[in-house]
Amino acid sequence: MTTTADTPSKPQKAAPPQGKRGGGLRGRLDNLPTPARWALIVLVLAVAYLLPYAGDVPIIGPQVVTQGIDWPTALFNISYYVLLALGLNVVVGFAGLLDLGYVGFYAVGAYTVALLASGDSSFGTKWVWLATIPVAIAIAMLSGLILGWPTLRLRGDYLAIVTLGFAEIIRITADNTPHFLRGDQGFAGIPHPPGKHADGTPIFGVRDATPYFWLGVTVIIIVVLALRNLERSRVGRSWLAIREDEEAAEVMGVRTIKYKLWAFAIGACVGGLGGVLFAGENGFVNSAMFQLQLSILVLAAVVMGGSGNMAGAILGGALISYIPDRLRGTKILGTDAYEYRYLIFGVIIILIMIFRPQGLIPSRRRALELKDRAKEVAPQ
Amino acid sequence: MHFSNLFHQFGELTVTGLAQGAIIALFALGYTLVYGVLRLINFAHSEVFTVGAFTAVIVWGGFGLNQDSPTPGLGGFVGYLLIGLVAAMAASAVTALVIELVAYRPLRRRNAPPLAFLITAIGASIAISEFVGVLTHRNNKGVPRLIKQEEVFPFLDGKVTDLQIFIVVVALVMMVGLDLFINRTRLGRGIRAVSQNPDSAALMGVNKNRVISLVFLLGGLMAGVAAIMYLLKIGNVRYDNGLYLGVEAFAAAVLGGIGNLRGALLGGIVLGLFENYVAGLFATNWHSVGAFVLLVALLMFRPTGLLGESLGRARA
Repeated sequence: MTTTADTPSKPQKAAPPQGKRGGGLRGRLDNLPTPARWALIVLVLAVAYLLPYAGDVPIIGPQVVTQGIDWPTALFNISYYVLLALGLNVVVGFAGLLDLGYVGFYAVGAYTVALLASGDSSFGTKWVWLATIPVAIAIAMLSGLILGWPTLRLRGDYLAIVTLGFAEIIRITADNTPHFLRGDQGFAGIPHPPGKHADGTPIFGVRDATPYFWLGVTVIIIVVLALRNLERSRVGRSWLAIREDEEAAEVMGVRTIKYKLWAFAIGACVGGLGGVLFAGENGFVNSAMFQLQLSILVLAAVVMGGSGNMAGAILGGALISYIPDRLRGTKILGTDAYEYRYLIFGVIIILIMIFRPQGLIPSRRRALELKDRAKEVAPQ
Repeated sequence: MHFSNLFHQFGELTVTGLAQGAIIALFALGYTLVYGVLRLINFAHSEVFTVGAFTAVIVWGGFGLNQDSPTPGLGGFVGYLLIGLVAAMAASAVTALVIELVAYRPLRRRNAPPLAFLITAIGASIAISEFVGVLTHRNNKGVPRLIKQEEVFPFLDGKVTDLQIFIVVVALVMMVGLDLFINRTRLGRGIRAVSQNPDSAALMGVNKNRVISLVFLLGGLMAGVAAIMYLLKIGNVRYDNGLYLGVEAFAAAVLGGIGNLRGALLGGIVLGLFENYVAGLFATNWHSVGAFVLLVALLMFRPTGLLGESLGRARA
């Protein structure tokens, strides 16, 4: 089943006329009357919120839920990976800036919460979780600008290694400042989100991760709405122009420096939010959580899902968290697949990219570009 | 900050930095060669190194050598070294070619966007490094001490050991050989042609796929040599060493001007030295922070690296 009719390998068809969108599943979705579309969105959201109870669904349910790790926790993991993928999608997918160090912003968000709220912090401020959010976001955004500013002149692969370096600098700093960022020892006792049940027990406890997942989904919905508006605004159109051809955009009067900084700042902001959420659930943060591999995984999520498309980023983010978690506790040929989870995962990434080079749910505009490129170059 | 530390150990830091830089430079060649021809980061190159290193350890193990075995004499050293080199270079080259065949060629045939190549490379890198990790139970593997590391002559406050001289000489010989190969031979001319303009090169009868395979092969051979030098110098290896050393090698390639062979040498040496000075000034753990700060600072003033990008551009 293909979602678009624009796969480059197929014989060229006439471009779908404007107004009436292309066929396939996507086209049918677009052609639905508005009330039906709203009903569908509500249905999807309802399913998302009900996911923690997926294990109760007969036959399919037990296949879906994770074995080796508690299912609501796995879902919460999915939710912050999705958030990270959405944020990185702004930088890589919308603005076309290759960022290999996205985990740096995630670390900034989580460490800001830890420094302000944990009892282990040398600041000793002990704020509540909610109060740290605006500060963490602001600092993450600032770190995005700090990273963006010196790298504005760099293109593509140069940018990739510099961003990678940025994330490594943050991790190594955390590793080697035993009194400030506390390295491996980390910060314990980070407060959970507020709220109490009627009987006085906290909603966000340590036993059940379901409320955290719901919180995560809610944050994701807010972020998606905000990014969607941004994508369709002047800022989003400028990103698109920069992604397609930076020189041409500059000549046409797009202020590339300003909008590239915007992309870094917005991406960093979402990444920081992911860190805040993670710190609030986990209650503990240390330097081992921000390895280079995490940045790489999130980038793989964005591109695998379909760079430049938020639905793709959500699917990609969910997959990179779900696949390894699902393999945990599963037996393959008598041994626990957990040991082989990333080996299998690497192979899955290669297969997905070979069979769908434009991603699982490609951005419609990008698919058209690909078709255009296929016409330009001679067949190999 | 330990300025006195830096001054008192300047010679020592310089010598070890040169040896480290030579290894990084050999490793960086693989990134730069592939980038010169395909314009993409071969992210899986780090695993080419890892596979070479572990193959050598396993082959040496097959000859009954382990980290506790006594250091052999000169004849034994040369013999075992050659065996290790051949094994590592062969394994690395085969790995590089397989990566090209599995992760890159199918995408080229489908005209995939550049980012897709990066992601398959990442997938290949994860899969190979995990495979090695599972095989070795994620443990450090000790390496036989083939060479005693004796002082040859003093240098300022430090000493220069035979191993350090050996590493730098081997790296230089490999670099000069590669440079001659690219600039003087028929196959090298093919590589330069494809890196200048792939389409015109194809029209002139250059087999593009064969050139690309050749480039991966050369990068793999260099990584194999780098792996042996690394084993001799460090004395143990883990499945994820390649990834972190690979990041440094890639940084070195960018520092020198990615796509530029001589740039990779210069970048590797500069990075190795600078890292060591930073390690002397602050603490060992900060050395890669130094490398990245240097990289950012340099790229701000020279956005295409020290020597600029040119594998293909005609040079004297």
